[in-house]
Amino acid sequence: MTPPAPHDDLLRVTGLTVDYVTDGDPVRACADVTFTLRRGEILGVAGESGSGKSTLVTALSRLQRPPAVTTAGSIEFRPRGGDAVDLVTASPRTLRSLRWTSVSIVLQSAMDALNPVMRLGAQFADALRTHDRTLSRQAAWDRAAELLTTVGISGDRVRSYPHELSGGMRQRAGIALALACGPDLVVMDEPTTAVDVVMQRMILAQVLCLRRELGFAVVFVTHDLSLLLELADRIAVMYAGRVVELGTAQELYEAPRHPYTRGLRDSFPPLRAPLRRLTGIPGSPPDLRRPPSGCPFHPRCAERFAGCDTHLPDLGPAGGDGHLVACRLYDAAPGRDRTVTLEGSAR
Amino acid sequence: MTAPPTTRPTPVLAAVDVTKHFAVRAGVGSRAVVRAVEGATLDLHRGRVVALVGESGSGKTTLARLLAGFYAPTSGEIALEGAPVRQRRGRVERGYHKDVQLIFQDPFGSLNPLHRVRHNLERPLRLHHGVRDRAELDRRVGELLERVALTPADQFADKFPHELSGGQRQRVVIARALAVEPKVLLGDEPISMLDVSIRLEMLNLLDRLRTEDGLALLYITHDIASARYLCDDVVVMYAGEMIEGGPKEQVIADPLHPYTRLLVESSPDPARGARDREALFDAGADDLGEPPSLIDPPPGCRFHPRCPFAKDVCRTQAPPRTDVGEGRWTRCWLHATDPTATSQETE
Ligand SMILES: Nc1ncnc2c1ncn2[C@@H]1O[C@H](COP(=O)(O)OP(=O)(O)OP(=O)(O)O)[C@@H](O)[C@H]1O
Ligand SMILES: Nc1ncnc2c1ncn2[C@@H]1O[C@H](COP(=O)(O)OP(=O)(O)OP(=O)(O)O)[C@@H](O)[C@H]1O
Ligand SMILES: [Mg+2]
Ligand SMILES: [Mg+2]
Repeated sequence: MTPPAPHDDLLRVTGLTVDYVTDGDPVRACADVTFTLRRGEILGVAGESGSGKSTLVTALSRLQRPPAVTTAGSIEFRPRGGDAVDLVTASPRTLRSLRWTSVSIVLQSAMDALNPVMRLGAQFADALRTHDRTLSRQAAWDRAAELLTTVGISGDRVRSYPHELSGGMRQRAGIALALACGPDLVVMDEPTTAVDVVMQRMILAQVLCLRRELGFAVVFVTHDLSLLLELADRIAVMYAGRVVELGTAQELYEAPRHPYTRGLRDSFPPLRAPLRRLTGIPGSPPDLRRPPSGCPFHPRCAERFAGCDTHLPDLGPAGGDGHLVACRLYDAAPGRDRTVTLEGSAR
Repeated sequence: MTAPPTTRPTPVLAAVDVTKHFAVRAGVGSRAVVRAVEGATLDLHRGRVVALVGESGSGKTTLARLLAGFYAPTSGEIALEGAPVRQRRGRVERGYHKDVQLIFQDPFGSLNPLHRVRHNLERPLRLHHGVRDRAELDRRVGELLERVALTPADQFADKFPHELSGGQRQRVVIARALAVEPKVLLGDEPISMLDVSIRLEMLNLLDRLRTEDGLALLYITHDIASARYLCDDVVVMYAGEMIEGGPKEQVIADPLHPYTRLLVESSPDPARGARDREALFDAGADDLGEPPSLIDPPPGCRFHPRCPFAKDVCRTQAPPRTDVGEGRWTRCWLHATDPTATSQETE
């Protein structure tokens, strides 16, 4: 038995591993992912395309479909005024009862979340009325129009079908739907890729404001590290299915530890500074069917040294307030479990 | 047609005063018109990149679809190498798409889900280049996948679209457009789901295509910094209209239109650092106002309800396009002669 989570932990993910099982070798898109999410916290998840971010969040919200299989780990979820549940082993019935009211998700493909043959209003009314059975149809539609205005869509669009909306409007409708029933946890996967920055700021301001009011926590996935730096309390950086660095937004920007995180930070074209040709991170992302031995980043790493190709570094302290990194450069950092990593100190 | 005013060559693709209206249902039995694009004029030249930025829902995708021949304009004209594009029963002539390729905004909806990546890429090779030979097809598919950094190529070729992450799909969509070797590429947020390092790789790829092959490119994006990195000129849309355009450095460093200014100032800027986020987002919450309805757009300048500089004329008369020199122009009464003011003076 694990000890009960401290009161303010909403989610405790431990050793979560997700494979896509197809013919041939399985694709391990999430490998041994461990983190906690505090109530009301915003955790950003950044990382390379194909590094397993969507896999992680669909696993968290238990929306994953075959061939995705959670092969190890647990997700302990403690909804307000309810008992802790392990989402990995929970029954479909329990999961259904949590959907929208406790855990809601904004999918990366907004089209998947919205039903293409239903008007927006009808879809909102469905979610609202499963949450609150006393709500009349008319009241639900009115509430839907209200929710749409909070994300900058005029209320007269409740009668629209998804294809009649622009890409960004669909995404915004998805966000409004996720917030509709006051959940404890909102998982957002690239929620604002198609939204202009003015609108993005407006929506995120709304999300922050509602969060203050309702106290939900957010897992926010985006490739847009600069946005996360401004929005998130803490950021997890993923590479090849693993969390390779986790820390506060400020630490991560000012003192990124992992060579991959540093590469990310240096790949932004500047908004104002003089332009020069940027080269990004050399090499290509690993094949998750046959990940490299040792540290998955070592083939592309400019700072690798003897042993990086054989030793898998684990996520451990790297100085700073709770800052974690999975890189052997920090083996000597205080608080590290030296026994695991001593062999590699040939530096 | 009038002769071109300068010695500039005929644009490869041009939109001349193009308008697109959509009929929608507004309520029970009543119909309304969405004025998605009005009076848009745009030239795309060989070897040049124009960035189209602007509000979500302002008509960028609609304009790209008009240019790509997927919609017929309600009025105005699309011209390919100076010749008006004719449509019969909503379809352009066959062969048009050999010259003009659109990369769709939604990578989830634009690949054939029943076929592997290989088939999705072979189709344009067969259709537009008549490649039939198995070995030649394999070679070209492999080459295309490597260009968009999907390696090992043979492994990605055999995947189905649903087995790919968002950013991987986006790159397949880019590869499919490149397979055609078009003269004009219309990229509708083509790299919005890629992390910064692969994004950079794609921007560098597009840049090479433009310098080496003379590709004309329209780059629709919400990422102003990436627009600045890649493009030559920027055009800004707001509520269905083009409101500002000109060389990128001037437009981004010193916007003429108040909306452009808002857009640039709202862009996430990692150089700004992880400062107090509540302040950053609070600034956005209420002051920015609501985006306009395109069914019933505001009279006068469409931005006036949100504009801090709005004066009387802005509320009643649409501002004309004003050229301010050096290829820059805007539609804003701050930069045009106010007809009401002059008439008062002459009275
Ligand atoms: N159904 C599937 N079958 C096999 N492999 C899959 C499947 N779905 C995803 N994958 C693979 O799993 C890996 C992780 O995918 P995931 O969608 O989680 O990435 P991501 O981090 O969200 O990327 P992006 O930023 O591009 O959206 C990718 O390499 C992808 O090709
Ligand atoms: N088929 C359609 N039927 C009705 N209205 C439509 C249709 N397609 C687009 N619209 C409307 O036209 C307007 C412009 O949409 P468009 O998709 O061009 O915007 P956009 O600038 O690409 O926005 P985004 O940045 O969010 O993708 C929106 O108000 C949208 O709702
Ligand atoms: Mg994803
Ligand atoms: Mg669009």
